[in-house]
Amino acid sequence: MTNAVVVEGLVKSFGKHTVLKGIDLEVGEHQVVALIGASGSGKSTLLRCINRLEPIDSGRILLAGDDITRPRNVNDVRRRIGIVFQSFNLFPHMSVLRNVTLAPRDVLGLSRSEADARANALLERFGLADKRDEYPDRLSGGQQQRVAIVRALAMQPELMLFDEVTSALDPELVAEVLQVIGELAAGGMTMIIATHEMSFARDIASRVCFLDGGTIIEEGPPEQIFTAPREPRTQQFLERIIEAKRL
Amino acid sequence: MASEGDRRADLEVGRRSRVLDSLRSGGDGRRSVAIALASTVVFFTAVGWVITHAPGWPEVHRTFFSWSQFKATFPEIAHAFLLNVKIFCIAEVIILVVALVLAVLRALPGPVFFPIRALVIVYADVFRGLPTILVIAMLGFGAPALDLKHVPTSTTFWGIVALVLIYSAYVSEVYRAGIESVHPSQEAAARSLGLSRWQTTRRVILPQAVRRVIPPLLNDFIGLQKDSALVATVGAVEAFNQSQIDTNATFNFTAYLSAAVLFVALTIPLARFTDWLVERDRRRRQAGRPG
Repeated sequence: MTNAVVVEGLVKSFGKHTVLKGIDLEVGEHQVVALIGASGSGKSTLLRCINRLEPIDSGRILLAGDDITRPRNVNDVRRRIGIVFQSFNLFPHMSVLRNVTLAPRDVLGLSRSEADARANALLERFGLADKRDEYPDRLSGGQQQRVAIVRALAMQPELMLFDEVTSALDPELVAEVLQVIGELAAGGMTMIIATHEMSFARDIASRVCFLDGGTIIEEGPPEQIFTAPREPRTQQFLERIIEAKRL
Repeated sequence: MASEGDRRADLEVGRRSRVLDSLRSGGDGRRSVAIALASTVVFFTAVGWVITHAPGWPEVHRTFFSWSQFKATFPEIAHAFLLNVKIFCIAEVIILVVALVLAVLRALPGPVFFPIRALVIVYADVFRGLPTILVIAMLGFGAPALDLKHVPTSTTFWGIVALVLIYSAYVSEVYRAGIESVHPSQEAAARSLGLSRWQTTRRVILPQAVRRVIPPLLNDFIGLQKDSALVATVGAVEAFNQSQIDTNATFNFTAYLSAAVLFVALTIPLARFTDWLVERDRRRRQAGRPG
């Protein structure tokens, strides 16, 4: 079976600063991979490279077997990959419904009624049906982030990327967002999740990758990474997390 | 991003209530209203007394504030003012479009578009650097002399062209400021959904940019409405020119007052309209109605 995503020797630098120093990563279909590591370890950059928001310096990225390293049309690649950001990035001048239907209508060419139906079904499924006519600045952070997830799902992507989606949320709003992601995992969505929520990563991930200094130091099943990490740097990182009572 | 939006909304609300408070002069209820009223009456009475008791007042009153002259000149000047209205209405519509195109061209990324960006920058620099009256004079007197076929020779036409050239340079800068004020994460979000660069510009960047620059934009248009009087210098008989003709005929300057009243009657509602638009947009977003 072809892997959903294959990353080979990915190198990315911003000016003189090399952020990713040769990343190799394979994500099978229906797998959930959690990226953990300190801020600045390259988690976000890796995600942004995968959906080509950042140009890459060298290496190769395959999406379901297709080489997307230098795609002829980058928009064709992006509509197959959904990404959700830390800061939601909803379009403030559009209602929730319009946020969700914009890309399906403009990119996929769906009619208004088709796009509305698709959006309504998704909003219903994630408990946002009564918010469809609201504007983003009237919603709580948790609601905004759930809308952002729905907006990405409306494109029916084959892969979802989550870039620290709960880091900007008040603690009491984190659960509702994680619940949505959990539901997607249960539904078999292929996902790569950069997160600081270690217990969430432990519960949901099929595999955990620990990044440090732009490389994947260690990867394995969550039970192994969280209980018996082999690399000293992973051990140090997890000890600090435990001290901070985040695990 | 959202919290940024919230903060902006809060700022607007804060600014707004401060303005209202200053109108209510402190907000201490009826007592402060009474004080504001009294001090206003005292102030303007004093100013009025000083002016009307100045030695030259009877002369000024006769030559500048003659009611009979006002009545006599107003209809003519109002008729001439229609030409001002025509000039800036046509100019405004063209400027809105031309300036937007210029701003979008200037925002094109990548080395391929360097010549286009450079041209737009040179254009903006040159036409913001030239005095409006000079451009009107050069085009109004120079262009008709070219005797081009199928191109109007009327000074009004060339006056409009000059105003469009000057104001498009300014307004494109206003648009550009608006485009640059939209956070890059908005573009990232749109592009990540598969929208093309142009779709992102049209659906996500420009709607937010334009909304944010409506007040400075309308401000420029108030300037444009006043500058329509400069077309008088190349001979178009608009309100200012007409009032000058009247003044020369009667040796009474009240005609200028007529023209002034007409200009103000148009620019003040425009300013109110701008505020109303901004307020409506804010309310609509907070009430969460689709729009």
